[in-house]
Amino acid sequence: MSADIAHRLHGEREKERIATRSARVRTILALGPVTVLAGIAWALVQPWRLTLLHPTAQGFWWLIAEPPIYVVLVGVLFRLFLAPGIVEDLEGAER
Amino acid sequence: MIVAGIEPQAEMVHWWFATGILILGLLFLAETIVGKEVWGLRPWRRYLWPGTLFLLGVLMWPVMALYTNSMIHMVAHGSWAQVLMLSGAAELGVVRGKLHSQYWRLTLAAAMLVSGTAFLVHEQNGWYFARAAFLHHALGWTLILASVFPLVQAFRPRSVLAASGFAMMFFVIAVLLYCDRDSAAILGHFSAFAGVPHR
Repeated sequence: MSADIAHRLHGEREKERIATRSARVRTILALGPVTVLAGIAWALVQPWRLTLLHPTAQGFWWLIAEPPIYVVLVGVLFRLFLAPGIVEDLEGAER
Repeated sequence: MIVAGIEPQAEMVHWWFATGILILGLLFLAETIVGKEVWGLRPWRRYLWPGTLFLLGVLMWPVMALYTNSMIHMVAHGSWAQVLMLSGAAELGVVRGKLHSQYWRLTLAAAMLVSGTAFLVHEQNGWYFARAAFLHHALGWTLILASVFPLVQAFRPRSVLAASGFAMMFFVIAVLLYCDRDSAAILGHFSAFAGVPHR
């Protein structure tokens, strides 16, 4: 089999795999991004909760305390470090 | 009591705990979605939420020692520390295989009942005194009412409804804790005795 055909077949299988992903897999993959979106929405609605946007005369703790960024970070960490392993195990169990 | 102005404000500590609670919510929800069997396929993952629960209990001790300014405040924070550690340790024992009974889940129900009661007992102002008072009442009643979820789980461990309700409760608690300010209005109400309001 030529490398071109093998590559195309692999791509098609990957598309099929993504298309047939179960609702549970999609939900797990969505948990992190939804959390990130919630944090971003909060920052937009209450920008004064982000002291980094107006850092003048803020003390050390006020510059550390950025709740909307905490929410975004939790979502990012979940998506990067937990979701891939959970999805891999879930897809393995579903096969 | 903030020592020499070098300690973070109490509201910041609430936000840090809110972040821990948010992490717990995501872990519980993910476990509910995929099921205990898939969740437990990687042994380290089983220890995640009981470990986080236990850690939050340990971290509550410095909060009790450094941030409480009355006996009842100290007792409330001390009781949270103890029940968080107890329920975290019990779940760690279960996932490690040292404890076998499904009824160890009752420690979580007890933790929520004790925590909720402590919230209500140590808040001496009414709902609309300030935002912090409102949140104490809301958190207390949320925890007490939601303690029914781990109670059901102790008797019906596979109940998806109880597991989902339990997971969602952590998001509610996290939102309430993130809303906390040391002095701020609540729904247009703010007592003249509550200090200078923030946004």
